[in-house]
Amino acid sequence: MSTAATPHGEFLQHHFTTAEQQADAGKIGMWLFLVTEVLLFGGLFVGFAIMQSLHREAFVAAHHQLDRVLGFINTVVLLTSSYTMVMAVHSARTDRRKRVVVYLLLTLICAGVFLGIKYVEYSHKFHEGLLPGRYYSHKGDSVPGQFMFFSFYFMMTGLHGVHILGGMAVILWVLRRAVRGDFSHAYYTPVDLVGLYWHLVDLIWIYLFPLLYLIK
Amino acid sequence: MTGNYLSSPRGLKSWLITVDHKRIGVMYLFSVLFAFLLGGIFAMLIRIELLKPGHNIMSADTYNRVFTLHGAIMIFLFIIPSIPASLGNFVLPLMLGAKDVAFPRLNLASYYIYVAGALFAIAAMVTGAVDTGWTFYTPYSTTTNGSVGLMTFAVFVLGFSSIFTGINFIATIHKLRAPGMGWFRMPLFAWGIYATAIIQVLATPVIGITLLLIIMERVFSVGIFNPQLGGDPILFQHFFWFYSHPAVYIMILPGMAIISEVIPCFSRKTIFGYKAIAYSSIAIAGVSFLVWGHHMFVSGQSQLANAIFSFLTFLVAIPSGVKVFNWIATMYRGSISLEAPMLYAISFLLLFAIGGLTGLFLGALATDVHLHDTYFVVAHFHFVMMGGTVMAFLSGLHYWWPKMFGRMYSEKWARVSAALIFVGFNVTFLSQFVLGSRGMPRRYYSYLDQFQPLHVFSTVGSWLLGLGFLIMAVYLWASLRRPMDAPANPWGATGLEWQTTSPPPEHNFENAPSVTRGPYDYSSPEPTSAEVEA
Repeated sequence: MSTAATPHGEFLQHHFTTAEQQADAGKIGMWLFLVTEVLLFGGLFVGFAIMQSLHREAFVAAHHQLDRVLGFINTVVLLTSSYTMVMAVHSARTDRRKRVVVYLLLTLICAGVFLGIKYVEYSHKFHEGLLPGRYYSHKGDSVPGQFMFFSFYFMMTGLHGVHILGGMAVILWVLRRAVRGDFSHAYYTPVDLVGLYWHLVDLIWIYLFPLLYLIK
Repeated sequence: MTGNYLSSPRGLKSWLITVDHKRIGVMYLFSVLFAFLLGGIFAMLIRIELLKPGHNIMSADTYNRVFTLHGAIMIFLFIIPSIPASLGNFVLPLMLGAKDVAFPRLNLASYYIYVAGALFAIAAMVTGAVDTGWTFYTPYSTTTNGSVGLMTFAVFVLGFSSIFTGINFIATIHKLRAPGMGWFRMPLFAWGIYATAIIQVLATPVIGITLLLIIMERVFSVGIFNPQLGGDPILFQHFFWFYSHPAVYIMILPGMAIISEVIPCFSRKTIFGYKAIAYSSIAIAGVSFLVWGHHMFVSGQSQLANAIFSFLTFLVAIPSGVKVFNWIATMYRGSISLEAPMLYAISFLLLFAIGGLTGLFLGALATDVHLHDTYFVVAHFHFVMMGGTVMAFLSGLHYWWPKMFGRMYSEKWARVSAALIFVGFNVTFLSQFVLGSRGMPRRYYSYLDQFQPLHVFSTVGSWLLGLGFLIMAVYLWASLRRPMDAPANPWGATGLEWQTTSPPPEHNFENAPSVTRGPYDYSSPEPTSAEVEA
């Protein structure tokens, strides 16, 4: 298939011969990037597992300080955002350009709500002195060593939060292109790839929520 | 004829914003050579300090900083990016018959991230330096003064550059091969780079998070690596070597990839055991993830884990041996000519064999207890990394230099320099095997009098090495001032990169190439340029 003849040949970079080749290369690149993300978080998960096994009582006692309800609401918010993201990709693929914009906006709003709730949680923890490492100053702990749990809580949710921010930035970028009308069934790779990334960010939260909020 | 990639488009700005893999490769080349010079100067200083026991030219604290900087610069700024990012960037797309790598802008980003990382590293050097050794072991690294935070952040940043290069090469090899180039018609260089890229992508994120944890430990005392707070310093070693052992294969696999190109070319023979070499690269990449524990045989790891890691370490010898025997079988009854690239390739074979075999001494549990943290380890490491990777890098540099810059260098001086480097290397490091087996510990500022003769021997060797590199710098620089007269294919080699002009045009090929034969077909006559354009 000669893409130069299609109306969206303008997005074909010079070193690719066909649009499929370009889209496939992009997907390989994004999947590899996601693998690196899994390994990056993997280090923290392994560290958490080992420290939790060494300090089981302290970790269980510390996790009671977290607000399960807020954590649960955030899980629902992120799952919803995954749905709207999928619908954005689907709409792009089926040439429903207005819907792409709407769904991307909804995804962005969910991301914002997630961060808002996270802000409420964080400020509560700050107030209580539930801080990482040497800054931990919570009074009246029955089990010593709970600072370690909060070290991991802040590192893991913090790194995840940075990824949410990054996700919002790239969603804004594809939103701008969607408004401009760049995407159609012939060319929607950017939406597709941002979608893949967004699902991974959600997936990591799906692991973080039970790990941090629901341990026994 | 249109202009070549060096001259068109013109201007500094066109270089700074270029997305051409060839220009990015050249920029990487000069950057890593600069890093090599810097790391080399630190190496010379170390050797001068060790001429006699006690204080010579620097204090003990300075010495700790100098060997740390030597290691950190050579590893993170030179050897990891050396072959893939410079020669690989330049040659890989040409070899595959592609116009560029899959993600040209990501490629440029990777270069600027490298530069940013290098700037952070230099900032760390001038603001208190680092005295932890390049391995940043805890708890020392989380408690010592100096710029450990800045240096680890520099390495964290450099990791992204490495990851982006890896992602780019995997996608390029999957999607941008010329028509007719199946997986088993790819040059073995591409296989080696592919295996390297897999490790870059899978291992580098782990060092990234490990270094972040060091920074967190320094800033917040998070506790994970601090035994006083209930953490585990050995856990750091596991995290660190989970990356850094595979990383030595990031360093050696591209070297092996170059050797697989040079040996058939200068033996005028088809490579022996193509598929075995291709698969052995992948096998090394796979096994590389399962051997990290052999760095912790004396760190208090369980005996069972030690035994398993020791066994797995021996496994690495199999694919490595497969390669070495195949290269030698390729040379057997070949029509061997000894131009500079081949001299370095043969140096590689000899030195890598010694480096590889002494690795088995260290992989064996009982001998490692004796040899751990001695000069034996230092010598082994330098035989593999310098005798292996650097020799291969120099082989590739001399092999592709005419292609990159369109000029031949002085063959006579290249041979002189190769001889000096080979002899100088052996004088410097063979003596360190003896020092180590007699009990000289690594990283020591001073030593017992009985070790002095061998230390002097080693230091004199480092001067020979330095002289060899100085000569190389002069004749390579001189070649750049000559008119562009290199033929398209000065070595009569078979790869697609030799079928375009030297230096290549901006978009690599005047006509998109297609592939109709195997990669090392030295038996049939060379393809004429008419055949290529047909």
